[in-house]
Amino acid sequence: MADRRPITLRVNGQELSGSAEPRMTLADFLRDELGLTGTHLGCEHGVCGACTVLMDGRSVRSCLMFAVQAEGHELTTVEGLAAPDGSLSPLQEAFSTNHALQCGFCTPGFLIAVTEYLAEGAPGVDDEATLRARLSGNLCRCTGYQNIVTAVRDAAERMRRSP
Amino acid sequence: MSDPAHPYAPAGEPGSPPVRPANYVGQRLRRKEDARLLTGRATHVADLRIPGLLHAAVLRSPFAHARIAGIETEAAAAAAGVVRVVTARDLEGRVGPFVEAARSEISPLLNEKIGPTLKSCPMPVLAADRVLWVGQPVAAIVATDRYRAEDALELVQVDYEPLPPVSDPERALEPGAPVLHPELGDNVQTSFVVSVGDVDGAFARAERTLSARLVMGRTAANAMETRGVAAVPDAGRDELTVWDANARPHLVRTFICEMLGMPADSVRVIGPDMGGSFGTGMFPEDVLIAFLARELGRPVRWIEDRRENLSNTRHARDQIHQVEVAFDGDGRILALKDRYLIDAGAYNNYAITVSYNSAAHLRGQFAIDHMRVEALSVLTNKAPVTPVRGAGRPEVVFVMDRIVDLVATELGLDPVEVRRRNLIRPEQMPYPMGMPYRDGVDIVYDRADFPGQLNRALQMFGYEEFRREQAAARDAGRRIGVGVSSYVEGSGYGPYEGAVVRIDPRGHVTVATGAKPHGQSLETTLAQICADQLGVTPDDVTVRAGDTALIAHGIGTFASRSAVTAGTAVGVAAARLREKVLAVAAELLEIHPSDLDLDHGAVAARGAPDRRVSLADIARAATPGPRAKLPPGMEPGLEVVYYYVPPTVTFASGTHVVGVEVDEETGFVRLLKYVTTDDCGRMLNPTIVEGQVHGGVAHGIGNALFEEVVYDGDAQLLTGTYLDYLLPTASDVPPIAVGHQEEFPSELNPFGIKGVGEGGAVSPPAAIANAIVDALRPLRVHIDRVPIGPEGLYRLIREARAASRAG
Ligand code: FES
Ligand code: FES
Repeated sequence: MADRRPITLRVNGQELSGSAEPRMTLADFLRDELGLTGTHLGCEHGVCGACTVLMDGRSVRSCLMFAVQAEGHELTTVEGLAAPDGSLSPLQEAFSTNHALQCGFCTPGFLIAVTEYLAEGAPGVDDEATLRARLSGNLCRCTGYQNIVTAVRDAAERMRRSP
Repeated sequence: MSDPAHPYAPAGEPGSPPVRPANYVGQRLRRKEDARLLTGRATHVADLRIPGLLHAAVLRSPFAHARIAGIETEAAAAAAGVVRVVTARDLEGRVGPFVEAARSEISPLLNEKIGPTLKSCPMPVLAADRVLWVGQPVAAIVATDRYRAEDALELVQVDYEPLPPVSDPERALEPGAPVLHPELGDNVQTSFVVSVGDVDGAFARAERTLSARLVMGRTAANAMETRGVAAVPDAGRDELTVWDANARPHLVRTFICEMLGMPADSVRVIGPDMGGSFGTGMFPEDVLIAFLARELGRPVRWIEDRRENLSNTRHARDQIHQVEVAFDGDGRILALKDRYLIDAGAYNNYAITVSYNSAAHLRGQFAIDHMRVEALSVLTNKAPVTPVRGAGRPEVVFVMDRIVDLVATELGLDPVEVRRRNLIRPEQMPYPMGMPYRDGVDIVYDRADFPGQLNRALQMFGYEEFRREQAAARDAGRRIGVGVSSYVEGSGYGPYEGAVVRIDPRGHVTVATGAKPHGQSLETTLAQICADQLGVTPDDVTVRAGDTALIAHGIGTFASRSAVTAGTAVGVAAARLREKVLAVAAELLEIHPSDLDLDHGAVAARGAPDRRVSLADIARAATPGPRAKLPPGMEPGLEVVYYYVPPTVTFASGTHVVGVEVDEETGFVRLLKYVTTDDCGRMLNPTIVEGQVHGGVAHGIGNALFEEVVYDGDAQLLTGTYLDYLLPTASDVPPIAVGHQEEFPSELNPFGIKGVGEGGAVSPPAAIANAIVDALRPLRVHIDRVPIGPEGLYRLIREARAASRAG
């Protein structure tokens, strides 16, 4: 009944289409229309970072975007981080070995935000304040951030060793 | 050692075999939970794909206190996509009153010993004639999608007639204050007095006394996942399956069954993956959504948004203490009097859970033989408070540690020295505290070494060196300071937790428990415990937690209880199952069970390892039917159900030391370093323990410096978004060094476990407040309230400067 717009985009390397009312957020579109529920919603007002996805390689908060704005763009969500054979990315590995997740609800947002950071070459990763400032756009209530900091360094190191 | 045993140490579980020594327990194993959480394949309530699902939205009161003169729902009901609108009238006679579980579950022993006053005041699911806080549910709308449900909320017309709100718990006690629930007579919902020793005598004899008013503001739990409920009816059978982001699935079932009048086994509650909880709580929506699904014969889901969460969900703390302390010239604290109020909000579903926790933990690690506390839960027009991580302990640890600091200041002594003089000494353990715990059992501390813990923490921190730096910094105009706090925590609260341990015909082990982890990593640690007892690897064990269909009774995960209670239940059940496995294997191998070993997934004859039989073969032999091969009289099936009933809580403890730098010109506080030393008994997985401590400390840092639920004078909520309610970020939390005292395994359970989930959150407000005071020592600033943000601290600094100029 309502005005729905067709949307076609690439998500995790696959071309997908669906339709959405113009007011539907990108987060709801990913979760409810495309069934990609790995992207989480913690606040729906742009602060917690749980909904972070990559659009054309840059992190965006999918709760603050409309689905129609993603038309024709290339998205990466947490479902797209592991290799096609299912093996975890170095960052995912590092999160697990360093116990950087407890409830895991914030984790998709952190993984996406840090994936972008690692792709930039992880500038300032060895400086505590720089790294923590870089992580401060995502909230976590469980870990106290310490093991996330350790995991990001570990992942950067893993990637330095085998790029 | 010849030390006396703990008086409550069990002689051994009746009928239970001895537990096998740890192998996987104690290892830093990677978590079984991680794979699905890292790849976006976890299933939270909002992730469930349910055919034909309808979506609910809840209309909430914008007023703190108002009479509802009428509600007009026609326009909303006629809106696009709307399926049903319900108000209190539609629930009348069909949904029973909210169950006051905590009130009815108070231990009879505690009732007998303390005799608290408890008034009944059940919360309605939807407000009928009056609303009592901003955010209280008034109506619910079910629609084909959430957008339409929320659109329709705006079409409901509620005719509110505002009433004078009660926003201040102290004013709420004054004569003439509006009474929230007239049938209660006044605004005091619960009260009790606990007296230990001879307080008046001690005060009369004391050389010195001082008094202080100490306050901890209101904060909220803020799990990153908001609450959510999905209910799927089987209309033909009048059954319901409910997925609920609630750490107490069995209690949710009880509420639904009692309030909707359904038999227990026609309601299945499943706790799916959960993004934290940090406290407990039953809420109107837990029952409302079940009602709507049953009523409509269609699946209904409601997902809370953050604004609803911040105005309703798991508010906590909010205590005002008026303390008097008697001490001698050496700084020894002789006696304490404390009268405190808890601003409970509009309803109090937790009776004296938090207020009594406060009483029981006030003296913490200190030997103070005379104490009198009087605790009042006061009702105001705010959201109901619930137990949240620490649950009454952070408040009193803040009170006690500030008192120690004030005594030291008064006497011109080093606060660490005053602390040391008052600690219970190891040779005094197990130490009786002269009052009952919340379960009614008299408190006797587990063996521990508090002075050793303090020394260890100070050494890790580099206390002496910091003091030297501090002096140098002071000369350079920098204000740095150190603060110490210590706590005890009664962990592993009962009344019980259970486990079903089962071996399938492929030799795989399944564990079911009523505990419901939401970040605590129980799928891993319970598998470690079980694997040790059954001679398999943790990979051979699947833990299914929080599904009422899998175990008849359960309590849930909160109160640092699950490792202790569910861990012991799993371990004992698995040990019993091992005996059965050996008995069946003995039958198959025709060897006496005492000559058999169970290891690597098989039973083998000792000394003749080729005579062996696998767990899978044993499980098949135990399957009922003509092929069963069981010792005479033995029940078929490789399954044991065991409910562990702890004798009482087991006391964990910890000491925190923090270094801070204060900018005198802005009031901004930077945390330089943070050290903890905890005694949580035997660690199941040290990496997981450390993670719990890190997270707890960050939570406590929030409570100390950033987080506060703020209401204005009309009890209007001012902190409805994350722009107003500040959670600590990675930049706000310093590196945390975690040390352990491992030499005191609990004597109260066979695995030596003490709880650790909350401890990290207990001490930061106290330690940080003391460190700020220490940094500003020359100014003689007194912090009497947390959270303390830059604005508040700057005000204190300015006042102190003015006072020193005047003096
Ligand atoms: S859900 Fe998008 S930032 Fe919180
Ligand atoms: S792991 Fe639970 S919120 Fe980050």
